[in-house]
Amino acid sequence: MRKYTPKDNVQGKAYYTDRFWVAPRVPRLDVEAESHFADVVKALGRKAKESYVEIGQLVVHIKATENFNVLKILKESCGYTQCSEQSAVDYLAKDGEFELFYQLLNISEAKRVRVVCRIKEGEAIESVQPLFKSANFAEREMFDMFGIKVNNHPFLKRILMPDDWEGHPLLKTYPMIGDEFASWYEVDKIFGKEYRDVIGPENRDPARIDRYDTKRFSRVGYEVPFGADISEGEIENPIEYSETVLVDYTKNSSKQLDERR
Amino acid sequence: MAQHQVNYASSAGLPIALTSVDKLVNWGRSNSLWPLTYGLACCAIEMMASGASRYDFDRMGTIFRASPRQADVMILAGTLSKKHSEFARRLYDQMTEPKWVISMGSCANTGGMFNTYATVQGVDRIIPVDIYLPGCAPRPETLQYALMMLQKKIRRESANMNNNTKSNLRLV
Repeated sequence: MRKYTPKDNVQGKAYYTDRFWVAPRVPRLDVEAESHFADVVKALGRKAKESYVEIGQLVVHIKATENFNVLKILKESCGYTQCSEQSAVDYLAKDGEFELFYQLLNISEAKRVRVVCRIKEGEAIESVQPLFKSANFAEREMFDMFGIKVNNHPFLKRILMPDDWEGHPLLKTYPMIGDEFASWYEVDKIFGKEYRDVIGPENRDPARIDRYDTKRFSRVGYEVPFGADISEGEIENPIEYSETVLVDYTKNSSKQLDERR
Repeated sequence: MAQHQVNYASSAGLPIALTSVDKLVNWGRSNSLWPLTYGLACCAIEMMASGASRYDFDRMGTIFRASPRQADVMILAGTLSKKHSEFARRLYDQMTEPKWVISMGSCANTGGMFNTYATVQGVDRIIPVDIYLPGCAPRPETLQYALMMLQKKIRRESANMNNNTKSNLRLV
C-alpha cells in the first residue's frame, strides 16, 4: 500500500512522487563563438555573471541592482525591443530568494533572451518601465502576486486581486483554497463580519453529502419524503423486486437431451 | 375602418373572464421575465445562444435587458470571482422587486472546478437563488427548461410576495 501523506498542505508536498522518475533536464549549452548571442554576452561584459543557451534562448544571470542597465544595453545596442514577460518565481523555501526574470525579444534577429536575477525577501527591484512600457502591468502583477516592491514604478497597485486583498496568492506559502481572509472575503465585504455565522463556512468538499438533509440529498435504498426529519433514523423501506419471472424454468416445458443428436 | 360585430354569446361566450388577482398577476409576471444580461464566463455563450434565433427566448416573453432596473431575473452565467462578488450583489440589489435568480452552471452553483482562493464557492453565499441549473456549460435547452421551471414556480406564488411560504414555492 502507498504510504499515507497528509493532504492539508498540498503545495508543501506532492500527493505522490514516483521513486523512479527522473526529472528531464533541459541541456545548457555554451554560447557559441561568433554567434549573435556571443555578441550579446560581449556587450554586457562583466554584468553577465553567468550565461548559457537553453532551447535556443540565451539565459543571462545578472545582479539584481543592475537590471535597468542590463536591459538598457540589451534594448539599445542589441536590438531587444520587446519585453514579452516579466515576473518572478518563489524560491523562498529553498534559497530564501525570489528569482526574477525578464523575457526579451529581438524581432529583427528572431532571438530571445531571458535575463534572470535573484533578490531576497523584502528587497525591492528597480522598475524597467521607462525602457519597456509592457513592464508597467507585468511589474504590477508581480507586486500583486508576490509582494515584490518595485522602485520608481509610476503606479504600483494591485492589478488582479482587489485592492483590499490581504496576502500574495502566488507565494508557495499561500494555500490554494485561500487563507482565512480569502475564505470570508465576499461575506465580510458585502454583509459584514457579523454575518459569518449566518452564511457559514465555504464548502470545499465537492463530494459532500449531508445524510440528514432530505431536501437536497436522497438516501439510496430508502424512500424518504422531501424535508422529512430523519435524525432518529429513517423508516426501513427495502427495495422490492418483481416476483414475476420472464422465463419459468421450474416448468417442464423444455426437453433436456441426454445424449448428442 | 373595418366594422366588426362580435357575437359574444355565440363565438367566445360572454366578455367576462373570472380569475383571481394572483393568477392574473402571475400570468403577467411569468410571461414577461426579463433577465439581466449577466454573463460572467463561458456559460454566457450558452446564454447568448439561448437568446438568439435558434432557441429564441423572445417567444417566451424573455427579453434580455442591459439594466438591472428593468430586469426581473438575474441569470448568473459563469464563474463569480470574489473580486466581482460585491458588484454582483449590488446589481441584485438594484433590481426591482419581485426578482428571481437563476444560478447557471457548476461554477455559479458551487464554484465548480475552481476550488481556489479567488472564486466564490456558490453564488448562494451572497444572493438567494431560485433555480440551480447544473451543467458545464448547460446547453441552451437546459437554460430554457430552467426558465420554464421558474415560470412554473412564479405561477404558484402569491401576488403579494409577503404571503409566499416555502411550501407553496416548492417545485414538484
